[in-house]
Amino acid sequence: MPAVSKGDGMRGLAVFISDIRNCKSKEAEIKRINKELANIRSKFKGDKALDGYSKKKYVCKLLFIFLLGHDIDFGHMEAVNLLSSNKYTEKQIGYLFISVLVNSNSELIRLINNAIKNDLASRNPTFMCLALHCIANVGSREMGEAFAADIPRILVAGDSMDSVKQSAALCLLRLYKASPDLVPMGEWTARVVHLLNDQHMGVVTAAVSLITCLCKKNPDDFKTCISLAVSRLSRIVSSASTDLQDYTYYFVPAPWLSVKLLRLLQCYPPPEDAAVKGRLVECLETVLNKAQEPPKSKKVQHSNAKNAILFETISLIIHYDSEPNLLVRACNQLGQFLQHRETNLRYLALESMCTLASSEFSHEAVKTHIDTVINALKTERDVSVRQRAADLLYAMCDRSNAKQIVSEMLRYLETADYAIREEIVLKVAILAEKYAVDYSWYVDTILNLIRIAGDYVSEEVWYRVLQIVTNRDDVQGYAAKTVFEALQAPACHENMVKVGGYILGEFGNLIAGDPRSSPPVQFSLLHSKFHLCSVATRALLLSTYIKFINLFPETKATIQGVLRAGSQLRNADVELQQRAVEYLTLSSVASTDVLATVLEEMPPFPERESSILAKLKRKKGPGAGSALDDGRRDPSSNDINGGVEPTPSTVSTPSPSADLLGLRAAPPPVAPQAPSGAGNLLVDVFSDGPAAQPSLGPTPEEAFLSELEPTPESPMALLADPAPAADPGPEDIGPPIPEADELLNKFVCKNNGVLFENQLLQIGVKSEFRQNLGRMYLFYGNKTSVQFQSFSPSVVHPGDLQTQLAVQTKRVAAQVDGGAQVQQVLNIECLRDFLMPPLLSVRFRYGGAPQSLTLKLPVTINKFFQPTEMAAQDFFQRWKQLSLPQQEAQKIFKANHPMDAEVTKAKLLGFGSALLDNVDPNPENFVGAGIIQTKALQVGCLLRLEPNAQAQMYRLTLRTSKEPVSRHLCELLAQQF
Amino acid sequence: MQFMLLFSRQGKLRLQKWYVPLSDKEKKKITRELVQTVLARKPKMCSFLEWRDLKIVYKRYASLYFCCAIEDQDNELITLEIIHRYVELLDKYFGSVCELDIIFNFEKAYFILDEFLLGGEVQETSKKNVLKAIEQADLLQELFPCLKRPCVARELYVRGRCQVSTHYCERT
Repeated sequence: MPAVSKGDGMRGLAVFISDIRNCKSKEAEIKRINKELANIRSKFKGDKALDGYSKKKYVCKLLFIFLLGHDIDFGHMEAVNLLSSNKYTEKQIGYLFISVLVNSNSELIRLINNAIKNDLASRNPTFMCLALHCIANVGSREMGEAFAADIPRILVAGDSMDSVKQSAALCLLRLYKASPDLVPMGEWTARVVHLLNDQHMGVVTAAVSLITCLCKKNPDDFKTCISLAVSRLSRIVSSASTDLQDYTYYFVPAPWLSVKLLRLLQCYPPPEDAAVKGRLVECLETVLNKAQEPPKSKKVQHSNAKNAILFETISLIIHYDSEPNLLVRACNQLGQFLQHRETNLRYLALESMCTLASSEFSHEAVKTHIDTVINALKTERDVSVRQRAADLLYAMCDRSNAKQIVSEMLRYLETADYAIREEIVLKVAILAEKYAVDYSWYVDTILNLIRIAGDYVSEEVWYRVLQIVTNRDDVQGYAAKTVFEALQAPACHENMVKVGGYILGEFGNLIAGDPRSSPPVQFSLLHSKFHLCSVATRALLLSTYIKFINLFPETKATIQGVLRAGSQLRNADVELQQRAVEYLTLSSVASTDVLATVLEEMPPFPERESSILAKLKRKKGPGAGSALDDGRRDPSSNDINGGVEPTPSTVSTPSPSADLLGLRAAPPPVAPQAPSGAGNLLVDVFSDGPAAQPSLGPTPEEAFLSELEPTPESPMALLADPAPAADPGPEDIGPPIPEADELLNKFVCKNNGVLFENQLLQIGVKSEFRQNLGRMYLFYGNKTSVQFQSFSPSVVHPGDLQTQLAVQTKRVAAQVDGGAQVQQVLNIECLRDFLMPPLLSVRFRYGGAPQSLTLKLPVTINKFFQPTEMAAQDFFQRWKQLSLPQQEAQKIFKANHPMDAEVTKAKLLGFGSALLDNVDPNPENFVGAGIIQTKALQVGCLLRLEPNAQAQMYRLTLRTSKEPVSRHLCELLAQQF
Repeated sequence: MQFMLLFSRQGKLRLQKWYVPLSDKEKKKITRELVQTVLARKPKMCSFLEWRDLKIVYKRYASLYFCCAIEDQDNELITLEIIHRYVELLDKYFGSVCELDIIFNFEKAYFILDEFLLGGEVQETSKKNVLKAIEQADLLQELFPCLKRPCVARELYVRGRCQVSTHYCERT
């Protein structure tokens, strides 16, 4: 007799189930179920009290019906009654029903909680486990409120049975995940760590999961678990396959526990204690060695369990990213798996190698497998494996292999599964841009993308190629020629028409000399596609046509004819009609000069991060763009990441349509259609790498239109002097005065005050900053009674600052009377992150003697901080996301001022970050968060300041998505305390 | 682990266990989508796939698919062995388990699962200890004998039973 004979059979239930199974149709099944429901309802409502067995049977039937997918709206009360039965099976069924069919009926919850409370207090381990299982299964807030305080006690009580401890640990984990605020930290937390030493392997297995979750949120409080976990792991790894008896699984000692311990260690950086670290490295080496040993069993379970540990070990090695030797060994091991006959292992090896590719130590080693990976992309039969191969190619791409990888991905695209085409397109577009050495290759690649997979080329991709062509003179002629050729194809994708239309409208003149692509030929080629295109494309083409009238006056008559045609002038679509009417009128009434001004070539687009990257990140979640964001591997690639080297003119050219701050008052006369993807381009500013611009760049269509409106005056332009004082070259000004740094430091946390003072001159500062903009008032006071002559203060951008910060100054009067004060207004725009402050050079003649003075202008990157409030949970999640070593900067330093919490608070707020309360478990510590707003990108910053009053020391930790920013902020702030 | 589903080759759901709070509607939607996705895969394909922002690990035993959804940082291979260990536990308890055992004794399948996994985490990996817990419970009810005890369920489906595992055969 099988073990099940011990089970408590319920004949009625079995009959019912077999009836259901015998139903020939869905209708018959529903009929049978309704009959049963009616029967149960009448039994429950009947006058005769039901015995426990019947109640159990009917509740079980209801459960079965529910699990078949039908709604159940009664029986809860009967199930709750079962909870207080003293018969185990009745209680058990009651709990099962509650676990599966929770109802937020508060009356019921109270009763359920009551029953649970009784069982927890019963000291009967079987009942206690049932109750704990129920809490863990439901995990609702109400249950958390009722039991979160009791369960830790049960967990660490000396007299709790092992099985109860196990259930309590995981029950607590579930409650903590659902509502961490309900679980009180306290004395039990220290004891819970020691469960890692427990005799009972099952208790350790359950406890590790709980500890891992607690560590993630309070890493510092649980640091002691590192050494305990290492020694436990070491004992398991070195044990013989039979030592652990029932915890050995197919000759592998405690695989689940090993994986969990390795996971736990990934919450922390490498152990600081050399002995612990040595022991751990030994473990990791042992695991790697064991992978080379012949298998102890041919069963797949053996190899799976063994490799599960191996992959988790490799994850830990990658997480540490500090042991080149282990990293290379890991890479070689994965290389072996790439050719393994088990599909599962090939899949996991490709996946794991993707993360290895971003480590500087193993990037080269990963690259050696390029041929195998390309082969996988071509030959794997499983699409999910091919997708991993594509991911890995993307991750291992750098300047040396970009052309090969891009061409392989393009080839793959021709046959790729529809599900992953869009992603491949995005990846190709990004790689092509990032590693473009010559931009003609880039243009070719994007046009190939449109040719091969036009439907999957999103707006972001083709907008981007237009931005790049617009900004780079050297590729414009080539682009015009290439699109012209591509448009020759009898059937070309509509996206090609859009790109072609835009490029020819801008740069068609560059190829007009060739009779084969003369203006009329260009026009008729474009117009031959016109009627097959969507409204949006036709609108774009109309703009191209009006641009043609300017570029090629000989086409004017033909194009006016087209615009005048009834199909345009009276088009049902209001956008097309309006364009036709306006363009026709414009071409008729405007003089050539006006036309030439209105329809001038587009100015370069401001530098910005590729919106494609943002899109990919959105598709794949954070981390997907790691290969690209990773500046450390290929520092020279940073500039390309932004796509276009900023030409000095882009910095100051107010882009006609870049309405980044929403400062432009009037909407454009012809409202451009909002690009459908625009709203989705927001990416988490805390995701790794330079965050993308939150608003979409000007779309080509928008740009066309905005040409026609009067150039909107930016608010800066209103204030700026029409002819800003020419900056003297850096060689003209002296070095900053010795105290300049100290003076600057005074202004890191405040915006107003006296910047400088000597016998002659006093300079006061008042400033305000909002997002990436700032306005500063400088007050120059003449302390003498003699007039200053040739007074000329100016702002100088040393080094690269010019591309990072735009400062517009107003010229001030050249004379400052004795005792008088003059005011100078500075408008500041932060274009991207910067490290050096601009210099303020003041020159004047005092009593005939030339005076000059150079100061550091109190504009530091933290001025563009925008405070961000967030909950503790979010904070820690983001903190964790920024866990790469170079994203963190830390300083431990002596206090220079009395340690006063209120003063510290005020300084941190002045620094610009939000102060977050109730985040750090230690109330003495300060935690802050903010976003640095620059025009090109946003940098999320998290900070933590830990004062140690006893030692009169501080520890300051900064984590941001950009390495230099972390360091710089850390340095700035450290000098304030 | 976020949830575990057992379903037949015909797409009938046999067991569902959710470790994250979701509405019934959402659960049904997920189940429908996932059953469809997994059933569409060919036998030799790999056991893992990305689905929404989760990783799906699945394995077929005879007529039943066991399918787990895990999070990004979770270990796929060890999850595969969670499935296998669960099959072993069912097999040991029922004695050569088959799909019908799970249909007719679904409550036992849930109880065994609760002893093995709790809140989506492995609670006890020892086969002996898990079964000891279940058997203790069975014993407990013998101390309180009910009216009808013998294994009646089994005789009703004993005909035409097919074994899930013929000792844990691989995919057939």
